[in-house]
Amino acid sequence: MAASARFRPGERVRVMKAYPLGHVRTPYYIRGCVGEIERVCGAFPNPEELAQMRSGLPAQPLYRVRFRQKEVWPDYRGPDSDVVEIEIYQHWLEAA
Amino acid sequence: MSDEGKYRPLSYFQLMEVTLRELLVEKGIITDEQVDAEVAEMRARTPERGAKVVARAWVDPAYKKRLLENGTKACEELGLEIPALKLVVVENTPEVHNAIVCTLCSCYPRVLLGIPPDWYKSRSYRSRMVHEPRAVLAEFGLRIPEQVAIRVHDSTADMRYLVLPMRPPGTDGWSEERLAKLVNRDSMIGVALPG
Repeated sequence: MAASARFRPGERVRVMKAYPLGHVRTPYYIRGCVGEIERVCGAFPNPEELAQMRSGLPAQPLYRVRFRQKEVWPDYRGPDSDVVEIEIYQHWLEAA
Repeated sequence: MSDEGKYRPLSYFQLMEVTLRELLVEKGIITDEQVDAEVAEMRARTPERGAKVVARAWVDPAYKKRLLENGTKACEELGLEIPALKLVVVENTPEVHNAIVCTLCSCYPRVLLGIPPDWYKSRSYRSRMVHEPRAVLAEFGLRIPEQVAIRVHDSTADMRYLVLPMRPPGTDGWSEERLAKLVNRDSMIGVALPG
């Protein structure tokens, strides 16, 4: 049982700027940032639900999203081509 | 914990581990033998496993292609089982240098690299590697030129990462076994070069 993937490689996405309580695998520093889908990793049970001893189903599509460092950190020292890539579940992403 | 035999009070988490383990044994859920066997298995995993994968990729371009496409399957070809998790292998090139971090905890490809070094789990490495990777790499003695892009991989969920370093120059004709000896742990995390 898995939710269908809404995004494809190359598409621009924004990470939701939300601060729910509990076990969340979306790092604080990337919330609100815009990046590009690098690849679709498959679907995995939602860790936020697993942490509550629930099934985590339907499984959530998981993406690797590429962000330009200069867009993540306004004070980033390094060339424009430096990036950070992070795994983010679909329910944290919206089209940008 | 060290094996030096010096007295040190248990930390909060050590105490929690001992308490939980003793309760599980007392209630008959696990046995001491099972715990020992699991610890022995963890200790048996060493970076030599990862080095074997890297050396094979250096000598066999078709294997390298399969490794980059599906790291888990390519490891299974060498008899290295990666249960449950997916392995993503990222390739260093003259244009891109890759490095691995887990900012949320300490996710690490233990099956291929064994127990992570303490610095990998430190708050300092975890917070700085995503924010100032060039400064952190320089502290490891690795200066990446500006024309080489740095790609930091934050291992936040179900994937695990392994860096495929570039094969060092001057190693033409070397055997796979000889090449594997060049591949150190840190080069597969992306904070050093092989050799």
